[in-house]
Amino acid sequence: MTPRIEKESFTIRQLHEKLVKKEVSAKEIAEEFLERIKREEGTLNAFITQTPELALAQAKEVDEKIASGREIPLLSGVPCAVKDSILVEGVACTAGSKILQEYIAPYDATVTRKLREQGALFVGKTNTDEFNMGSSTENSAFGVTRNPHDPERVAGGTSGGSAAAVAAGEALVALGADTGGSIRLPAAFCGVVGLKPTYGAVSRSGLIAMASSLDQIGSLAQRAQDAEDLFAVICGKDELDATSLEYEYKPLENFALKNLRVGVAKEFFGEGLMPEIAERMKAVLQKLEDAGATVQEIRLPHAKYALAAYYIISTSEVSANLARFDGIRYGKRAAKIRTLLDGYLQSRGEYLGDEVKRRIMLGTYALSAGYYEAYYLKAQKVRTLLQKDFQAAFAKVDVIMGPPSPFLPFKIGERNEDPLAMYLVDLYTVPVNLVGLPALSLPAGSVGNLPVGLQIISKPLEENLLFAVAKELENLV
Amino acid sequence: MLQVSEVQRIVKLARIDLSDNEILKFQKELASVLEYFEILREVDVSAVEPMTHSVSLQNVSRKDVVKGQKPDMAKLLLDMAPETKDGYVKVKSIL
Repeated sequence: MTPRIEKESFTIRQLHEKLVKKEVSAKEIAEEFLERIKREEGTLNAFITQTPELALAQAKEVDEKIASGREIPLLSGVPCAVKDSILVEGVACTAGSKILQEYIAPYDATVTRKLREQGALFVGKTNTDEFNMGSSTENSAFGVTRNPHDPERVAGGTSGGSAAAVAAGEALVALGADTGGSIRLPAAFCGVVGLKPTYGAVSRSGLIAMASSLDQIGSLAQRAQDAEDLFAVICGKDELDATSLEYEYKPLENFALKNLRVGVAKEFFGEGLMPEIAERMKAVLQKLEDAGATVQEIRLPHAKYALAAYYIISTSEVSANLARFDGIRYGKRAAKIRTLLDGYLQSRGEYLGDEVKRRIMLGTYALSAGYYEAYYLKAQKVRTLLQKDFQAAFAKVDVIMGPPSPFLPFKIGERNEDPLAMYLVDLYTVPVNLVGLPALSLPAGSVGNLPVGLQIISKPLEENLLFAVAKELENLV
Repeated sequence: MLQVSEVQRIVKLARIDLSDNEILKFQKELASVLEYFEILREVDVSAVEPMTHSVSLQNVSRKDVVKGQKPDMAKLLLDMAPETKDGYVKVKSIL
């Protein structure tokens, strides 16, 4: 099939300039993107909720500001999609779950408040695996999101809706959330840029929690510069999130690939990696060397234990975080119940999906008496060892590169019968979440018509290096 | 191998109502994931401290002061509850 995706003719900065020079109005931009959504959604299902009225109202405010001669912030008039696990005041927020089907966000998440203040246009809430659990959006209660490059295939998950929306030009940028790869994997599968920031770089206030020590909100865009401009706005300390860090983002000036020290871990090129992806990686690394970077092998001896540690720690946190969905304060309650306990059991039994139940059960088991030490405590110690691996590696190199996933976008239905087969998709993305490192997935060519991503990992709070490398590499691959 | 009785114990702890068929299905799926977790047995973690969080933050505190909320916030929050009465969330009887 012919690719329906054309690179946008403008970036955030070009759009900003056009708005300021009055070559285009925010209303026209909003209408153009809403039209694209109308055109694409029949196939893609990237959105759970579309918010055309909100986008048009926001566009009107931007146009009034411009007309009155006031300055507008960089993201004014930028069409933005928001993952449906992030609150936008007055708009439904389901997190991909039936239990929250009727939930209306009473307030903005900190990130959406910041974007609203910038004058961004919210075009809709994007599809996600239920409560951010999955790798394909097949676990959404509202249907799978299809990959814009091949509608028979998944867009990746859990922020599959955000990645597909950006790839298909339904939004210029999008917010996603990444607990174990949920931004980077769909970014790779849909051929867009996706950043999972350093843990604490972006406030989690107003993000429906999956695993609180791992969750992080990040940006998706077709180009690294746009993802960077979005990140620069959403990052920083927030009194509503005690784990957020003081962070004033400064892009790297005058960066060149020459002398960049790139580490390649053989643990990210292991058994199960599709050979076509390995080939692509080699080609990219060669280009880096040609540009003057040095590529050296590093070891992350505990990376092969990261997936097991991740699924123990994340499900343990899930079992605690999802206890709040009990049909009392919010969410659906089962119809025919007599007692309080009935209400808990039946509401959760009826309205939570299978993967969510599976993970709650795994976490409950891992934390239960007699198993805590063997699973949870052990996994946390492995986490320490993994952190030491990364620290040792970053003593030698500036960035670590590899594939974000061992697989190309797979066919819808291909993996969702076997939970473990789906978990293996996350093999290369989960290590950085355990350690809290920032990582970015960048388009790195394709195999046939399917996009391949490149994962770039850096030391904490060096998002500016990731973006600098990404902006250079974009021109090379 | 994870026993059915253990799955029954877990769902009770997790407050999820499941049919007998579902319990059997989950027993198989959970067993295969738990089997995968066995890989961690290979790792020597003696003298390793557990890591609960990737960022080592000191205690973060702030003054305990009442801040203004928008006037309808209480109503918006209550409106999300399945059942309310006189400005309270209503629950079923405990026994």
